Amino acid sequence: MIRRFSFFNLTSVTLGFAFLYLPIVLLVIYSFNESRLVTVWGGWSTKWYGELFRNEALMDAAWVTLRVALLSATVATILGTLAAIALVRFGRFRGRTLFSGMIYAPLVMPDVITGLSLLLLFVAMGFARGFWTILLAHITFSTCFVAIVVQSRLVTFDRTLEEAALDLGCPPLKTFFLITLPIILPGVVAGWMLAFTLSLDDLVIASFVTGPGATTLPMRIYSQVRLGVTPEINAVCTILIGIVTVGVIAASIITKRQEVERRRAERMAMATP
Amino acid sequence: MAGKAVGPVRRSFAPWTDPASKPFIEFRKVTKRFGDFVAVDDLSLIIYEREFFALLGPSGCGKTTLMRMVAGFEGPTEGQVLLDGQDLAGVPPYRRPTNMMFQSYALFPHMTVEANIGFGLKQDRMAKGEIDARVEEMLSLVKLTPFAKRKPHQLSGGQRQRVALARSLAKWPKVLLLDEPLGALDKKLREETQFELTDLQQKLGLTFVIVTHDQEEAMTVADRIAVMNQGRIVQIATPSEIYEQPNSRYVADFIGDINVLEGRIASTGNGVVRLECIGTGATVEVDQDLTAAPGDTAWFAIRPEKISISLDRPQNGTINAVEGEVWDIGYLGDVSVYHVRLPTGATMKATVTNRSRLVERPITWEDKVWLTWTRDGGVILTK
Repeated sequence: MIRRFSFFNLTSVTLGFAFLYLPIVLLVIYSFNESRLVTVWGGWSTKWYGELFRNEALMDAAWVTLRVALLSATVATILGTLAAIALVRFGRFRGRTLFSGMIYAPLVMPDVITGLSLLLLFVAMGFARGFWTILLAHITFSTCFVAIVVQSRLVTFDRTLEEAALDLGCPPLKTFFLITLPIILPGVVAGWMLAFTLSLDDLVIASFVTGPGATTLPMRIYSQVRLGVTPEINAVCTILIGIVTVGVIAASIITKRQEVERRRAERMAMATP
Repeated sequence: MAGKAVGPVRRSFAPWTDPASKPFIEFRKVTKRFGDFVAVDDLSLIIYEREFFALLGPSGCGKTTLMRMVAGFEGPTEGQVLLDGQDLAGVPPYRRPTNMMFQSYALFPHMTVEANIGFGLKQDRMAKGEIDARVEEMLSLVKLTPFAKRKPHQLSGGQRQRVALARSLAKWPKVLLLDEPLGALDKKLREETQFELTDLQQKLGLTFVIVTHDQEEAMTVADRIAVMNQGRIVQIATPSEIYEQPNSRYVADFIGDINVLEGRIASTGNGVVRLECIGTGATVEVDQDLTAAPGDTAWFAIRPEKISISLDRPQNGTINAVEGEVWDIGYLGDVSVYHVRLPTGATMKATVTNRSRLVERPITWEDKVWLTWTRDGGVILTK
């Protein structure tokens, strides 16, 4: 059944998407603006991209952000996967409801509160604030997201597969790496990507727990914007948007292709006796 | 055991009749509790080497728990499980010389058929060449050589089941455990596979333990069957003994179709038991040694195919005979099952082989008929 778009449908869809994407499109267009003034169009140019790579402060911030994001996503993925396994596997231990409830708490907690409480903790413990405190803070909040993503994958995991591996002489730890991990890998990768993007665009928590010498890209952008938006910022944002878009499209194409491949193979198998 | 021997037993393989045989798998007074639920209740059982042993019972009777205790996924709460004389307590599943074929097959979805079959051999650090040779051998054994490079989801149900079998056999385990292995297959494929299994077991000379709720499957493949109920073994015997000489109404009812008439013992001794059936006026005489006192309640159990049906009153009156009315006829092609309503309101079934191509049967609905049987047709049960 093909339903034709009515006028009302067409309008609401157009307005909705315009509302979502118009600001982004504007930002991208203005990043190619020749003019020094952000709001005045002075013709096409890519000079701000060149400018950008010569801006050491921005480049430093980008490098800090990238390192924090890579490291925190990796550590959070390991910790979050372990937490998910504990939650799914260890039946009904005392305080299970409390534990699984607590894993959701940081998700709904305002960033300001997470940031402030972490700051208080670091001050109380006498940590020198900077790169490492940002890293610790990011690991803390993204672990929960990873745990939830991996948990949803683990729930559908058939545990007899592990029993089968044990039965065939494979010790438990090896079984985890040979059987369990490869099968839940899509969930783990999704968790890692989520943690990576969360860390990449966090401003609030990082501003709370940072110290001298460690400025992330969102912090740098924010502080520069307060002094007036420069076309360089538009260029940086366009690059970020590009990276994220390519990542999302690649991920969805890969999963789609796997799904199609799998369906076709299953149909073939059913056809042969 | 109740009942006369079915005649001189001729078997080439019957270690359970030889007191000198060494137990291979032994359960010694094993109890297994899950919280308040008793899955296995003070159970002792011996399985011999090279035996094809079936654990049969309804779901929840503890048969799967028993098997999982041999594999090492569960430990007994009390008692011991021994394999070849060695207590298995504390031996993890990955160090036991047993392999299991899972009900769901549990094939590793991210590995090819080859890798699945070779997985166990690789764990044993077998040389690459040897693994390849063994995998090749297993593939040809289960006739899957052309499918070696496929993934499990590219196979049909029957093929997956054969991969699972090949994988569990690849290590030549001392004991192969089969958990409802043929449950997911259609009838025809299941029957074929049952014969393949027995063939394979004899060829390889391994000990097989199969868990099933399908009595036909157990009868087809097993040397001996243990019928279980609520964590206990009700009877252990060969398929024909279980069928012909059940030791209780539970076993009689669980295996195949059977008619049961309630009565009181009239006399015992000299190898003959007389039972007065309540309400039907029939007297049952059975060749059987039984210890019971006159007046005790007992049950006469007889299979439908051992009952004759006739329009004429038998010569010796109501001894081993009962009158009734044909209530229903189930035509199955090869046989017809007559449901005969007795004066008590109970129904008895009699099976008649359709020897000629008659569309009109001589005995039909609402006919008054006599059901008769011989003195060795049925068995008297006291529980």
